[in-house]
Amino acid sequence: MERIPILRMGNFLLVTIQVDMHDRLAMTLQEDLTKKIAETGARGVMIDISALEMVDSFIGRMMSHISSMARILDAKTVVVGMQPAVAITLVELGLSLKGVQTALTVEKGVRYLEQAVTTGGGRRTNGRRPH
Amino acid sequence: MPVTTLGLGEVLRKHRESILADWSRDLAGALSRHKDLLRDSELRAQCHDFLDQLSKAMSSGEAAGIQGPEWAGMRELLGKISSSRAIQGFTPAETATFVFSFKKPFFARLRQEYGQDGDGLFREIWSAGQVLDELGLYTTEVFQKARESVIGRQQREMLELSTPVVKLFDKILALPLIGTLDSARTQMVMETLLKEIVATGSEIAILDITGVPTVDTVVAQHLIKTVTAARLMGAECIISGIRPQIAQTIVHLGISLTDVVTKATLADAIQVALERVGLAVAEANGRA
Repeated sequence: MERIPILRMGNFLLVTIQVDMHDRLAMTLQEDLTKKIAETGARGVMIDISALEMVDSFIGRMMSHISSMARILDAKTVVVGMQPAVAITLVELGLSLKGVQTALTVEKGVRYLEQAVTTGGGRRTNGRRPH
Repeated sequence: MPVTTLGLGEVLRKHRESILADWSRDLAGALSRHKDLLRDSELRAQCHDFLDQLSKAMSSGEAAGIQGPEWAGMRELLGKISSSRAIQGFTPAETATFVFSFKKPFFARLRQEYGQDGDGLFREIWSAGQVLDELGLYTTEVFQKARESVIGRQQREMLELSTPVVKLFDKILALPLIGTLDSARTQMVMETLLKEIVATGSEIAILDITGVPTVDTVVAQHLIKTVTAARLMGAECIISGIRPQIAQTIVHLGISLTDVVTKATLADAIQVALERVGLAVAEANGRA
């Protein structure tokens, strides 16, 4: 069965979505990712969606679900590289993904995760990134 | 009593030259205001073509309205004439006059042919009148369409001019909005802003609404959408240039801007933006 690979980088997990997401794939990713976080004790998850060109409401909801699940398992999530078209679609669908941290590039995402993990507590949302 | 059985087409052909002479003289008089726009020779050529098409269509004996295939050539000709008139700045009345002024010389020749045959004359004038009226209305219709396309083009050009995304500093973009925000414009603003965010890798975008005359629920909704989309991509938006009246309207309308950073002036917004990217402005000689 088709799966999206989850890579481990030290304390963090890296997920790169490079194929069109369909519902089944999204569900599998959700399961795999939560399992992996629990197994490895990862403190941060980065989801790179720069190659994703199409989203629907299901995928949008899945992103915020993954983020909430990771938070319960004590890992920060950051979604990086969203395309303009995808952002517009999500907004038009009424999904503002409140509570999901975003970053423009992988580099900025890593910087955010490092900062968030070292400062511990304080969950930062709504685009207020540290500098 | 000269009774003729000539049809409209034949009358036209027989008196072609004299009709043409009378008609173009009348037309030149009616359009004298636009002598600089329309040369006599050009007008004469248009009259010529019109007569050719008219006699061709009328000889075919089809009087069932100008939508038939016999009138295709005529429709094309009138379409060309009307749209060029619209672009040159003629009024719709002046454009339609081109067709309607044809009645006078044509009906005069018909009368000459039919003489005392009142019934025949009436019949022919009626059917010719009907056709010419339809043609006249057709020119107005085309004229209108040509005008509308001019307006549409201007609107599109304005849309393009009205959404400049400015790079203020490294990682800081600004978008001065001027004029009323409607859905089409917001869509454009959103798209250009998001594209520019990706292209420049900016973290902060300042939406300056000093030039937006009124903010109602729709405009606010559009602004919030833009801010949310930018956030989804990983950039933060600051809305600046909110005038006191607009602040009052926003609160009265019950619009919540709590998730958005808002500032009264662009200067304040720039200050915040610089802070966010970790920069500060200092005096040149070191005295703070």
